[in-house]
Amino acid sequence: MDGMDCADALRQIYSYMDGELTDDKRQAIALHLGKCSPCAGGFDFEVELSRLVASKCQETPPADLRERIALAITKLDPTV
Amino acid sequence: MHRADPPRAASLIVMADQANFTDLTMPFMGPLYSAALRMTHNPADAEDLVQETYLRAYKGFGSFESGTNLKAWMYRILTNTFINQYRAARRRPEKADVEDIEDLYLYRRLGSLDAAIAEQSPESEVLSRIPDKTVKDAVDALPEQFRVAVLLADVEGFSYKEIAEILDIPIGTVMSRLHRGRKQLQKQLWEFASERGLLPDSAR
Repeated sequence: MDGMDCADALRQIYSYMDGELTDDKRQAIALHLGKCSPCAGGFDFEVELSRLVASKCQETPPADLRERIALAITKLDPTV
Repeated sequence: MHRADPPRAASLIVMADQANFTDLTMPFMGPLYSAALRMTHNPADAEDLVQETYLRAYKGFGSFESGTNLKAWMYRILTNTFINQYRAARRRPEKADVEDIEDLYLYRRLGSLDAAIAEQSPESEVLSRIPDKTVKDAVDALPEQFRVAVLLADVEGFSYKEIAEILDIPIGTVMSRLHRGRKQLQKQLWEFASERGLLPDSAR
């Protein structure tokens, strides 16, 4: 018995994944995941899904956007 | 030796400021555009939003404290500009979804799918076969507040504290929006994957 059940662990799984827990809470969850393969599988999946969302949502801006922005900034300053 | 006349000196300072601002902020243009596209749902509006963000940032650059997080500062301007200009223009009231979605929603569904079809296909493998467009569509379908929280955390990797500062909301609200947003994204992905025939036959 590690003092943490699956429901406790899953409730904090996102904060754990995001590195937002205090050391003692983080250690308690790591301990639980080490012992509980269903929770560990779920955690790995959540991490993978987060990475998937990150990789699929990278977009390339139009090639001329940088120039257009630089030009618009120049126009703000009539002294140039 | 000629002394530069005052207008010329002023213009040199402006040019140096512009070059400095541009050098520092241009590396964020790709990420800002990616976020803008998920916020506005269309490329023309996303380009306008990014340009407006840069113009506002340039005008306000004097108030940026050097040494603090410039990327987060740019995102704060992006989200404020979006909320004030684009969302106000749309005037579409967003219904807050209070549905409570279970933990590990997608993992559990994909898991039960494997059992049902007796074929060795780990959950992550099914996930990797989901096309880019389906993932983007699922993100786009999230209520705006959830969508922005998911983008800032998962796509941009900001901490809860940074997101709280960018959106000017308490950390507890960041957690609530992000965690609920992620769960709702899973439900949306499951629904789109089912509708679009991306799951093995037995799931449909």
